[in-house]
Amino acid sequence: MNIIVCIKQTFDTEAKISLENGAVKEDGVQFILNPYDEYAVEEALKIKEEQGGEVTVVTVGPARVEEAIRTALAMGADEAIHIEDEAAYGDEYTIAEVLAAAIRQKSYDLILAGNQAVDDGSGQVAVRLAQLLDIAHISTITKLEIHGTQVVAERDAEGDTEIAEASLPVLVTAQQGLNEPRYPSLIGIRKASKKPLTKLTLADLGLSADAVGRKVTPVEVFLPAAKGAGRILEGDTAMRVQELVRELRQTSKVL
Amino acid sequence: MKRNVLVIADLRGNQLRNVTFETLGAAHAIADGGTVAAAVIGHEISALAQTLGEYGAQQVYVVDHPELAQYIPDAYVAAVSQVMQAFAANVVLFAHSAMGRDVAPLLAAKHKAGQISDIIHVELAGDDVLFTRPIYAGKAFMKVKAAGDLVFATVRPNNLPMPEHVDATATVTSITYEVPEKVRTRVREVVKKASTGVDLSEAKIIVSGGRGVKSAEGFKPLTELAEVLGAAVGASRGACDAGYCDYSMQIGQTGKVVTPDLYIACGISGAIQHLAGMSNSKVIVAINKDPEAPIFKVADYGIVGDLFEIVPALTQEVRKVLA
Repeated sequence: MNIIVCIKQTFDTEAKISLENGAVKEDGVQFILNPYDEYAVEEALKIKEEQGGEVTVVTVGPARVEEAIRTALAMGADEAIHIEDEAAYGDEYTIAEVLAAAIRQKSYDLILAGNQAVDDGSGQVAVRLAQLLDIAHISTITKLEIHGTQVVAERDAEGDTEIAEASLPVLVTAQQGLNEPRYPSLIGIRKASKKPLTKLTLADLGLSADAVGRKVTPVEVFLPAAKGAGRILEGDTAMRVQELVRELRQTSKVL
Repeated sequence: MKRNVLVIADLRGNQLRNVTFETLGAAHAIADGGTVAAAVIGHEISALAQTLGEYGAQQVYVVDHPELAQYIPDAYVAAVSQVMQAFAANVVLFAHSAMGRDVAPLLAAKHKAGQISDIIHVELAGDDVLFTRPIYAGKAFMKVKAAGDLVFATVRPNNLPMPEHVDATATVTSITYEVPEKVRTRVREVVKKASTGVDLSEAKIIVSGGRGVKSAEGFKPLTELAEVLGAAVGASRGACDAGYCDYSMQIGQTGKVVTPDLYIACGISGAIQHLAGMSNSKVIVAINKDPEAPIFKVADYGIVGDLFEIVPALTQEVRKVLA
């Protein structure tokens, strides 16, 4: 089984966001492998352990994203493709087109990705990729079973669970609850630095910057309005819940 | 600049979800005098066309077929594409829902178009439409514009204003669904899980529990409060990781991002990643034993105390007042 996992490096979820020159400031921020992509890597490794095969991670981004690649390799992925090219850092349209071009050069049975990244949170890239590669997909999965070429997945759909079926090749996107990602072992970390990492540019993929130029352009980034301090209600339990319900009905009008 | 805007209705149990009406309101702002159309896709759903007209759709396209009773990617791509052949849209809007999140990127990729996910505001600026969306789960916001004469967007529920219900009638067109050659994903079964039957993403009120609930049974008083309020039940990562509840209930930067009118946090300390997922709620109530818990910094109303004492008392009070 040849498995490809699309990954992204993101800010740590505990990171505070501040702005500088109208953009989100990156200095001093801890970067991590996007948590949803961690589930995708873990699931790929579990399938490899059961059925054999190769796991290749693919990502797009500047030099710093190599750290996320090394994390995935240390967890147990076999090799990596890193598309490092300014012209590739566009919007979801751009990234999907670039990933599709890279993945078309590989043979694959299964593609995994996080269902969204914790930074942009748009949840588009992997689904776009399925369309561009013209393969079946099942998104936001919490369980995956593969028997031969038959794929059965449980999908988180607005709190309900859908049981969906498709045949390989298929792309699935990982939702929380899919698995418990492993921590890289010391041996894994040591091995990671020796695993093959291929760096590619748009030219290597036969793409021009114009062809994959962004469709959506940021105009402004801003922080939410700071909230004033709230009220701590005083008194015994009965007084406090009465006060709360009265406030919610009369002042906030949400009840 | 006039634009033709198409709204794809979002259904739950063959009923229109409120986000569809909110989206119709946004569609009028974007259309700037152009035509607002809606499409309703499903099975035995033609009766919904009238309601869409009453909330602002001037034209309604109905695609009714047994294969569309359930969301299936290939089938819905085909259905929306068939509507787009009948109505030349410049902007196609979906709900940011299980359906919209999935089908919009497929169509955007197919049309080599831009897509803006999870929008919470739209405005016009000259010849541009500016869309506002949260980034970092709401720790910041980004305003964007899209190039090209076709753009897709998904709309976050419970953020855009509800348009007025008017006495209007849309022109209704029935589209004959042509079954696509390939339907590669099938849904075998749907298992209902939402604990109070209210969906987190669209809930007006959410009662949420953290590590302080201490066990799966500890959610019981929260569920009771939720039932009285008609609320959904959510949880923090701490509660999910501890195995007190299902991951589908998790709210936060990993998990669901919610913006209800009222968010009641019980026994949740307020880690940054949780605050990101809920701090844009309109009114926040925090109930926690620890007066230093960070959740109190974002709360409009705080009660320092034991949730197992406060929550049942609150349930009783609400029951009394709403009776």
